[in-house]
Amino acid sequence: MKTQPIDQFAAHLKADTRAAVYDGSKKGYDARIKTLFDHFEDPNRLRVVAGEIKQHVVENLDTYLPQVEAKLKANGVIVHWAATAEAANQAVLDIMRARNATKMVKSKTMVSEETGLGHFLEKNGVECVETDLGEFIIQIDNDHPSHLVKPIIHKNRRDIAMSFEKHGLGAYNDDPQTITRRARAHLRKKYLESDVALTGANFISAESGRLVLVTNEGNSRFCLAAAKTHIAMVGIEKILPRDRDLALLLNLLARSATGQQLTVYTEFITGPKSAAQPDGPEEMHVVFVDNGRTDVLASECREILRCIRCGACLNVCPVYRQASGHAYRSVYPGPVGAVLTPLLAGKNFPAFADLPKASSLCGACNEVCPVNIPIPDLLLRLRDRAKQEHIPSPGTPPMGPWAVLASRPMIWKTALTGGKAINYVSTKLIPVPALHTWENKHSLPEWKGGVFRKWLRNRPAKSSSS
Amino acid sequence: MSANREAILSRVRGALAPLEKRAPLPDWDNELIAMRTLRGTVDAWPLFCERLKLVNGVSFESLAALVTWLDGQGWRHGYCDPALWASLKDAFPATFTVETTFDRTRVDDYQFGITRAAGAVAETGSLILTDKTTSSRLAALAPWVHVAVLIRGTIFADLQHAVTALADDPNIIFCTGPSKTADVEGILIEGVHGPGQQAALLVEG
Ligand code: SF4
Repeated sequence: MKTQPIDQFAAHLKADTRAAVYDGSKKGYDARIKTLFDHFEDPNRLRVVAGEIKQHVVENLDTYLPQVEAKLKANGVIVHWAATAEAANQAVLDIMRARNATKMVKSKTMVSEETGLGHFLEKNGVECVETDLGEFIIQIDNDHPSHLVKPIIHKNRRDIAMSFEKHGLGAYNDDPQTITRRARAHLRKKYLESDVALTGANFISAESGRLVLVTNEGNSRFCLAAAKTHIAMVGIEKILPRDRDLALLLNLLARSATGQQLTVYTEFITGPKSAAQPDGPEEMHVVFVDNGRTDVLASECREILRCIRCGACLNVCPVYRQASGHAYRSVYPGPVGAVLTPLLAGKNFPAFADLPKASSLCGACNEVCPVNIPIPDLLLRLRDRAKQEHIPSPGTPPMGPWAVLASRPMIWKTALTGGKAINYVSTKLIPVPALHTWENKHSLPEWKGGVFRKWLRNRPAKSSSS
Repeated sequence: MSANREAILSRVRGALAPLEKRAPLPDWDNELIAMRTLRGTVDAWPLFCERLKLVNGVSFESLAALVTWLDGQGWRHGYCDPALWASLKDAFPATFTVETTFDRTRVDDYQFGITRAAGAVAETGSLILTDKTTSSRLAALAPWVHVAVLIRGTIFADLQHAVTALADDPNIIFCTGPSKTADVEGILIEGVHGPGQQAALLVEG
């Protein structure tokens, strides 16, 4: 019996990778609870309102996009549009070529992971250096991030020390402090010799055109203190209506992501540096990227466009904790990835139609989501879509007989009584392979069919006074 | 490029056309994000110091104390905003070398950088730097120690007030403690790319 692709991946995960992912995600979850619930009277209300604000933006992108474009232009920013990943990468390359630029430093952005910008630029003769410590390690290892905010959650210090040694960053030393200092020394040279800095944006205010960037390491700040040209690659859904909404979302973002009150460096950018400032970009570009987002907007799952990439749903997800991020085979892992990946895949939907099935629908992802995305509902809608489109579902046990039973009360009742037979015969005789797979790890309890119903029927009626 | 623009906008319009009604923009009250601990606080400076300490920053109420600290740590070569240096220089003994231009070809020569803060946020322990008040972005970032000179009257109580009063400036940054990472096995390390020490010096005004 075949299992689902995520299960297959999880089954072969190294024990220490699994432990690293489990511990890392649990830590993030615990810290989140503490900061949100200690700090606010009604933290749940913050999430709900933030979700409403983002839903409003998503459903009014036709007004907000031209509005934010006009603001940016008025602020002296050059605006570009890219319908596809290729167009986005090309837009960045064109900006570089027009300036004879050959070196780029890059701060972590999920959208550039989506478009594969780094590899594209390298192929075209541009040096492109990731500056977030985790992303830098991913880059030298030619690996993929496995978490939205902790890209190397799957690696331990020994792995990292080995790749540093391999890449000429000093003799083997697995002390995290030493690793960090070596990266500091290496990367500051890169910042200072780069022509262009590429960043994403966490939010962009339609009211003022302010683009907000957060990092703990200060790498995006260093990019924007050293390079002369700033390019921000921004998904079209990143808009917030007003500046004051930034305060609400910033309060939620850091707490949800890492349990901090506020990310260390929270930068509000409206354009090129001021005239008197000696450091920083003289020119700023924003590239708005679609790359499948308008398909998501047209779908029944547009709520996922509210996502602010905090990673809280990964941290809390029992499937993610067991399977790690690479099991999701795309840039976006965990519950958010299970929804977003098949949707962004466009025609390739069937290749990822298994992802929404790898969930017990426990609902934890919805409960922690700072923009209150009903992820379990979206997973169900995607499961339904896969069924409507007759996409085969390897590893899912056949549910046909179950459906017959569950929708006919008389047959159900008979089965409950008749099921007792299972206490006397070997389950090996039952021709359901899924049951046998299950039995490898579990044992079936004694069949007690009907006990609960009998109890319910004979229960004394509740007294009306209570 | 403009073909891409039209393509995206028309797809957006097409995607939204079938919606019978659009989600309204909710209004929300500042109370929603008021922090419990902050209700009724008056003097922002002590709160700011307490919060800065929570994120491993340090605060000084006197210039002499700052100089003693730098000296004690052996950080005697640094940069200072020329506009500030005139009023600060008397407190620095001759063992210090302080430059008033920041040379980007030798960023590692500077152990500290002293620049002005445009304000602060008490609830989060954040220092606010703007392009107009920061003499050099690099000087406030590359040295191991950043000292921000903060005027008492410019401290906002909370994030809400600070964000709605953002200055008209192309670049504003809230710095909340030293630069840090927990990428390697979740272990906290400070001083990744930016300062390993974030200090605030209070001046009256
Ligand atoms: S779906 Fe929600 S919880 Fe998950 S990353 Fe996005 S915003 Fe965070």
